[in-house]
Amino acid sequence: MIGQHLEISVLAILILTLSALGIAFTPLSFLLMVILPYAAFVIFIGGFIYRVVKWAKAPVPFRITTTCGQQSSLPWIKSAPLESPSTVWGVIGRMALEVFLFRSLFRNTDVAIVGQRPVYGSAKWLWFFGLLFHWSMLVIVLRHLRFFIEPIAPWIKGLSAIDGFFEIGVPTLYLSDLTVLAGLTFLFLRRMAVPRLRYISLVTDYFALLLLLGIVTTGLLMKHFFPADLLHVKNLALGWVTFAPAAPKGVGTVFYIHLSFVFTLFVWFPFSKLMHMGGIFLSPTRNLANDNRMKRHLNPWNAPVKVHTYEEYEDEFREKMKLAGLPLEKE
Amino acid sequence: MASAKTPKPDELIAIRYAPPETPWMETPTVFRPGTWSYSGGAKSLTALGLPNPRAWQPSDADWKLPENWKEIILEGMRERLEKYRSFRLFMELCVRCGACADKCHFYIGSGDPKNMPVLRAELLRSVYRRYFTASGKRFGKLAGARDLTIDVLKEWFYYFYQCTECRRCSVFCPYGIDQAEITMMGRELLNLVGCNINWVMEPVANCFRTGNHLGIQPGGVKDMLEFMADDIADRTGVRVELPLNKKGADILFVTPSGDYFADPGTYTCMGYMMLFHEIGLNYTFSTYASDGGNFGLFTSHEMIKRLNAKIYAEAKRLGVKWILGGECGHMWRVLHQYMETMNGPADFLEEPVSPITGTRFENARSTKMVHIAEFTADLIRNGKLKLDPSRNDAYRVTFHDSCNPARAMGLFEEPRYIIQHACNHFHEMAEDTIREKTLCCGGGAGLGNDENMEMRMRGGMPRAMAVKQVKEKHGVNRLACMCAIDRATLTSLMDYWVPGVTVTGVHELLANALVMKGEKERTTDLRGEPLEGKAADETL
Amino acid sequence: MKLYNRGMVIAGIVVFLIVATFPLWYGRGKAVPPPDLKLDTPAIQGLKEKLCVETAPYMRANHMKLLTVWRDDVVRKGKRTYTAMDGRVHQISLTGTCLGCHSNKKQFCDRCHDYSGAKPACWSCHIIPEEVR
Repeated sequence: MIGQHLEISVLAILILTLSALGIAFTPLSFLLMVILPYAAFVIFIGGFIYRVVKWAKAPVPFRITTTCGQQSSLPWIKSAPLESPSTVWGVIGRMALEVFLFRSLFRNTDVAIVGQRPVYGSAKWLWFFGLLFHWSMLVIVLRHLRFFIEPIAPWIKGLSAIDGFFEIGVPTLYLSDLTVLAGLTFLFLRRMAVPRLRYISLVTDYFALLLLLGIVTTGLLMKHFFPADLLHVKNLALGWVTFAPAAPKGVGTVFYIHLSFVFTLFVWFPFSKLMHMGGIFLSPTRNLANDNRMKRHLNPWNAPVKVHTYEEYEDEFREKMKLAGLPLEKE
Repeated sequence: MASAKTPKPDELIAIRYAPPETPWMETPTVFRPGTWSYSGGAKSLTALGLPNPRAWQPSDADWKLPENWKEIILEGMRERLEKYRSFRLFMELCVRCGACADKCHFYIGSGDPKNMPVLRAELLRSVYRRYFTASGKRFGKLAGARDLTIDVLKEWFYYFYQCTECRRCSVFCPYGIDQAEITMMGRELLNLVGCNINWVMEPVANCFRTGNHLGIQPGGVKDMLEFMADDIADRTGVRVELPLNKKGADILFVTPSGDYFADPGTYTCMGYMMLFHEIGLNYTFSTYASDGGNFGLFTSHEMIKRLNAKIYAEAKRLGVKWILGGECGHMWRVLHQYMETMNGPADFLEEPVSPITGTRFENARSTKMVHIAEFTADLIRNGKLKLDPSRNDAYRVTFHDSCNPARAMGLFEEPRYIIQHACNHFHEMAEDTIREKTLCCGGGAGLGNDENMEMRMRGGMPRAMAVKQVKEKHGVNRLACMCAIDRATLTSLMDYWVPGVTVTGVHELLANALVMKGEKERTTDLRGEPLEGKAADETL
Repeated sequence: MKLYNRGMVIAGIVVFLIVATFPLWYGRGKAVPPPDLKLDTPAIQGLKEKLCVETAPYMRANHMKLLTVWRDDVVRKGKRTYTAMDGRVHQISLTGTCLGCHSNKKQFCDRCHDYSGAKPACWSCHIIPEEVR
C-alpha cells in the first residue's frame, strides 16, 4: 500500500505524458492549445475562490492563537511582538514571516535517542529546501510573464537578468531552474527515504511533487535540449490573453507535455493540498492576535448552555454551609 | 481491574522509531494495559445529561454504542465543520511534511507512528475525506479515505486519549495546524456516543455540582484551608485569615482545586495565602467557584462553558472588582482563550488594578482576570515584598513551562522573574525543551490516571530527561512549575525517571523566601524540611 | 451567504484575482501583432534560393545553439567552416555570414529578441558593424 501510493502517482504522470503525446500528433492539439487553457484557468480561479469561501463560511468561534513568545503584559517585561503579537501590525508581521520565510518550519528539530536520552538536533534542511522550492517557483512563474505581455515590463527583464546573472551556457541557465529542481528533488527523495514520511505519504503527496518535477523538467528540456520556437510560444500565449487564441504548428512535442502538465496543475490545484497557499492566511492559530484578555472575541453561535447556578448550589449544600459558618444568600 | 505493571525505565527507553510493516490503515489498535484510561462512569454521564451512560470498558469487544452511532458521529462532524473554521481548515490544509512528527512527546516516548500529530490527525481526516470530499467518496484509500467502522472509532478513542492537547506540534507546523484542536473535535465526537474516560468525566461531574473537580463540598474546602492556615502558623508563627465567599472583597481568587487537596499543590496554596496576608489583600476564596480548572476542555466546548460559567457568576454575586487566578495550566487556557467569549462580557467588573502597587493590568482589561504570576511579579518589581532567597538555598531549581500558559498565553518571563527573586540557584533546561518548545508532563488533558501509567511515563520521558540533564549538570533537585496537573503528574514522573527531584509550585518558593511581618525565625520551609544552613539538629 | 471576517476574506480574494489575472488586464486585451521580421535586405533579395544556413524552422528554434557551436569551433578548435545538413559549406562568421544577409539587426534580430524576452550575449564580444546598427 505504501509503495502503491508512489507507484500510482508515477503511473498517473505517465498516463498524463502519454495523453499529451497522443494529443500532440492529432487534431486534438487544438483542444490543448485553444480550449483547455481557458477551462483550466477558469477552474483554477473558480476553484480557488470556492475553497476560500467555503472556509470563510465557517466562523472562528474562539481566539486560539498559538503563542510562540512572551505575551504583552507588564510594561517592563519585553514581549515578543512577532511570536506572540498583541496588535494588528504584529499579526501582519507574524503572517509575513510565516508566508515569506516559513518561520515555523525554521524551528524544525530532529530527535534521536542517544545514550538513553532524546537529543534534539537542528534540522533546517526541510525549511531550506522548502523555501528554496517555493521562492524559485515564484521567480519562474514571474519570469514566464514575458510570454504573456508585450512589451515586456522592465521588472520582468530585470528579474530574468538577475536570475541568469552567471550567464552559464547558451541560452543562459537560470538559477531558479536549478534551485527549483534541487528543492523538489530534496522534497521527493525525503518523502521516499525517511521511513516515517513514506509511512504517512498519500498518492496526492507524491503526485504533487512528480507533477511539478515534470513541469520543471520539460521546461528545462525545452530551453536547453529541444528548443521550442519562442516566437510561436509567445504568439500562442498572447493569443490566450487577448482572447484570440490560435494553435501554432510545430512548436515541439516537449512543449505539448509541458502544457499538459501545467494545465493539470491548474485544474488539480484548488482541489488538492496545494490549497495551503490560500489556507495559510486563514489559519486561526497564526492570524489572530494574542490579545484575548484585552479584547473580547465574539462567537456568532454562542448559545446558552445548562449551567449549575449558585442558587442550585446553595440549595443543595445550605445545611453544610451553615454548619461551616459560611455566609448564605437564603437562611 | 488491576493496573498493568509499568516496565522499568531501561526497558521503556528502548524506543524504535521505525514504522511497522503494515500500512497504518491496516494496523489494528491494541488496547495494551497501561496505555489507556478507564471509561467514563455512567453515574457521571447521567448527572451531566450526556448521551449513552452505560457500563463498559475500552478493552471490551462490544462498546454498547447506540444503534445509529455512525450517523451521530457523521452528523456531529458535519455540524462541527460548519461551526469551526479551525476544524475544516485543519482537515484540509495538511501537506504531510512531517515537521510535527517528532515533536509530540508521546511519539518521542513510544515510537508509535499514530502518535505523530500528522497521523493522529489523519485518523480523523481519513473519515472526513470519505464522507465529506468528492475525491474521498470516489477513490477511497487512494485518496487517503476510509470508512467509519467500529475499529476506526476504537482507534480514535485510543489515540485521542493519548494526546494531551499540549499544542507543541502547532508551534512547528508551517500552517499552524493544532492537534489539540483536532483532538478536541475527536473527543467531542466520541462523547456524542458516550465514549469518554472516567478521569475526565468524574471530575467534570463533580465540578458541575460542587464547583471543583475533586467534589469537595463547602465545609471541606473550609477545613482544608484551615488546615493549611494551621500549617502556616506552625512554620511561620503568623496566622493568616481565611476569607471564604466574602461579599465586599476586592478580588475573587480562583485556583485549581488540586492546590487545596494534595501535596505538593497545598504548599503552593499556602504560598498564595501567605502572600495575600502579607500584602493585606482584601480577597476571597469561593466554595462555589472553587476550581478554576476546567476538565470541560477535555470533553467538549459546551462543557467548557458549562463549568466556566460559575466564575463570572460568582464574581458578580460577591460584587468583587476583578478576579485573580492561581497557578494552573489548562485552567489558564480556558480563562485566557475561552472564558470571556463564552461567558462574558465581564462588564460588571472593573479593569484590574493592583491595590498594592496601583499597576493597571492593561493586558487583562477586558476579561478582568489576572494571573497570579503577573500579579506577584509586579509586587516584586515595585519592591512591595521582602524576600530572603537564601531560605531556598537547599534547592537547585529548574522551571518547567506548562503547555497551556506557554503556548496559549505566552506567560514565560513572569514566573522566571519570581523564581529568580525567590531563590539563588536557578538553572534552565535545554533550549529545545522550554518556553514555547516546552515538553508536556505526559498526564495532561485527563490522562494523569494510574491505569494509563505506562503511557504517562512514555509521554513524560522527554521532559524527565531534560530535567535529568540539569540534575546531572547543576545538581537540580527541585522542579518548579505553574500547573496543578503538573504538580500531580510530574511527581510520579520524577520518581520514575529522575528520582531525587521533587516538584514545587512557584508560589511555594516565593512563600519560603517571603519575610513576613511578625514571623518567628524560620527553621524549616513550608514542607517542614530544615532550611540549609540552619542547624539540622535544632529540628531533630 | 454569510462569510465570517468578510472584509479580510474578500480583500484577500480580490488581491488574488488581481494578481492571478495580471496578464489579462495588463495589456488591456489589446491584440499585439507578432513582430514583423524583415527579410528584405538587398543581400537576401539577391539570393537565388532564399535559404538560411539551415531551414527556417530549425533556425528559429536552434540558431542560438548553432551560434554557440560556431563560437566554440572557431575560438577553441580554429575550425572556420560549417557544413550544413544539406551539404552546403558556410564560413563561420557572425558578422560576415549571418549579418551579411541579415544586415538589418534592428528589424530582424532585435525585434524577435525583444518580443520573446531573450537577451543574447553576442554583442558583449562582437562589435555591431556600423552599417548594421
